[in-house]
Amino acid sequence: MNIEQTEQEIIEEFEIFNDWMGKYEYLIDMGKSLPMIDEKYKTDDKIIKGCQSRVWMHSELKDGKIIYTADSDAIITKGMVALMIRVLSNHAPDEIINAKLDFVEKIGLTQHLSPTRSNGLVSMIKQMKLDALVYRSQH
Amino acid sequence: MTSYSSLGNLKMSCNHVLRACNLTKLFSHLQKCFINLAKLFLQPQKCFNKPEKVILQPCKTVLALAKGFLQPCKTVFAPEKVFLQPCIAVLQACKTFFQYNYLLLHKRFPVKPLYLQQNTLLFRIILNFAVQIMTTAKTIVSKPFDIKKIREDFPILSRKVNGKPLIYFDNAATGQKPQVVIDAIDYYYKYQNSNVHRGVHTMSQEVTVVYENARATIQKHLNATHAHEIIFTKGATDAINLVAHSFGKKFISKGDEIIISTMEHHSNILPWQQLCEEKGAILIVVPINDAGELLMDEYKKLLSDKTKIVAVTHISNVLGTINPIKEIIDIAHAKNIPVLIDGAQAVAHTMADVQKLDCDFYIFSGHKLFGPTGVGVLYGKEKWLNQMPPYQVGGGTIKTVTFEKTEYADLPLKFEAGTPHIEGGIGLAVAIDYVNEIGLENIAAYENELLVHATEALTKIEGVKIIGTSKHKAAVVSFLVEGIHNYDLGVLLDTQGIAVRTGHHCTQPLMQHYNLQGVIRASFAFYNTKEEIDIFVEGLKRAIKMLK
Repeated sequence: MNIEQTEQEIIEEFEIFNDWMGKYEYLIDMGKSLPMIDEKYKTDDKIIKGCQSRVWMHSELKDGKIIYTADSDAIITKGMVALMIRVLSNHAPDEIINAKLDFVEKIGLTQHLSPTRSNGLVSMIKQMKLDALVYRSQH
Repeated sequence: MTSYSSLGNLKMSCNHVLRACNLTKLFSHLQKCFINLAKLFLQPQKCFNKPEKVILQPCKTVLALAKGFLQPCKTVFAPEKVFLQPCIAVLQACKTFFQYNYLLLHKRFPVKPLYLQQNTLLFRIILNFAVQIMTTAKTIVSKPFDIKKIREDFPILSRKVNGKPLIYFDNAATGQKPQVVIDAIDYYYKYQNSNVHRGVHTMSQEVTVVYENARATIQKHLNATHAHEIIFTKGATDAINLVAHSFGKKFISKGDEIIISTMEHHSNILPWQQLCEEKGAILIVVPINDAGELLMDEYKKLLSDKTKIVAVTHISNVLGTINPIKEIIDIAHAKNIPVLIDGAQAVAHTMADVQKLDCDFYIFSGHKLFGPTGVGVLYGKEKWLNQMPPYQVGGGTIKTVTFEKTEYADLPLKFEAGTPHIEGGIGLAVAIDYVNEIGLENIAAYENELLVHATEALTKIEGVKIIGTSKHKAAVVSFLVEGIHNYDLGVLLDTQGIAVRTGHHCTQPLMQHYNLQGVIRASFAFYNTKEEIDIFVEGLKRAIKMLK
């Protein structure tokens, strides 16, 4: 499944819920299934700086594909990281760099992109793409 | 003498009626009381032949006033006009009465000592009575605390958020604006817009008067001695920066000490921290206990010959603690140290009488007092402001300018560089008038009910821990839910239309004191209701259930 296909899948999943409480409930569930970061990587230098909740993210290159693992102390944030990982993880750096990630807007998460919400979703995406750039340049 | 003890009974029975709070009953009762009083006044004259001419007049006044009390019964809907007025007049009459007595005594009229004694006693009784009535009248006049009507004054309260009716519990961040304030801003741009303090043309003159009247309203609200002690700023942060910069430039040098407290907002930390770095001064912090109260003994110990200024908050934005600022000021003043009070959180909840407090600086922002954003106030004692150099310079701050030397304007213009936030100042004065119409005492009493209600409901929820449990608290509840991140709760409450604040609230040192990453804060205003608190508590329970 390529990135766009996963995005489409997520859009359809979110369409099932007609209110935001439902969507958040789904997000929370997703958060609980987040591929947990190895404890040894949960260090301050792995923190993506968001104002209100902390997110630790780690990436590794395996067979030309990037594997992301993460954790957060807030569970909704964790759900969002899980969502991003589901879309971007296990893809080649180029695919990740070029991903438009339209689904964020389509499922109504755009409000979380505003800097005031400060949940670090923007920084999250930025960090993931930055990692991909680094891996590409190493090739 | 029986008549005098019956006056005591009268006061008691009056109290009883006041508690019953039936306006019609109260007014007719008062009327009877006053007629009786007036009769008592008339009595002594029968046993004394000369002074009736001087005594009779005030007695007649009291009698007339008593009759005047009949009126309010008929016009209960606007009791302040018919009720407060006669009360003030009674006080006035009492004063006159006292003066007559004084004259009688000193002009050596053949006055019988007993008569004078009786008169003085009567005077005291009626004076106390009048004062009591005045106080009660004020409460009754503003008693129709009609929450429904108040809510209608705030258009934003009828909007929906995420499909749910808005429940706005972020009042400590900013207050909502009543229609009168919105109208004032609208009116300003439609009919008044001109620059102040400059043009000779009619509109500029007009708006200058309105703007300066706004300053006078603020002066009156804070009970400042002079209008020019009120400086318009961009906000509370700007006001503290002004003092830190300007006072600091003149009075702070290397090795001096500045005292703040653990519970300060960043805005009352950073300006002083920066000043200390620049001047080589030392920032001293008054610690707090776990309930969130200042350790006053520690504070006393921290004051020294090197202390140049004390800057503390009136009410904590996170803990809700109402600090004993009068005591703080008195202790500092005993050592001739000036005190700045950060009133940002206080102005919407409590009265600050700067003369009574004797504080040197009192600052607040307009937007937390239901006025426009972008405007704030610095009150400073004239003696300090006159000695302090201008903060920002430019248009409006000068008397004469040559390239060699500039002579600066007098207060307050010396500190108001550039075109001010004119509609902000005007709007703020309207907001102050609005709040005073409801009465800050009424607001405080009502908000306390909300606070108690919320605290009780929240403590019943398992895992909830309230941060800030001072005995003296404003309507702010900060709390944590065990095992759940405050951010998650904030998001889920928002989804239900409930606006609370989450995070560190610009008080990171305070968070470090409690070893917290952040808290959830619900802060109330007089337009909030217990029903809203119940919905909030249910919403919170729902969120906790989802997140557990």
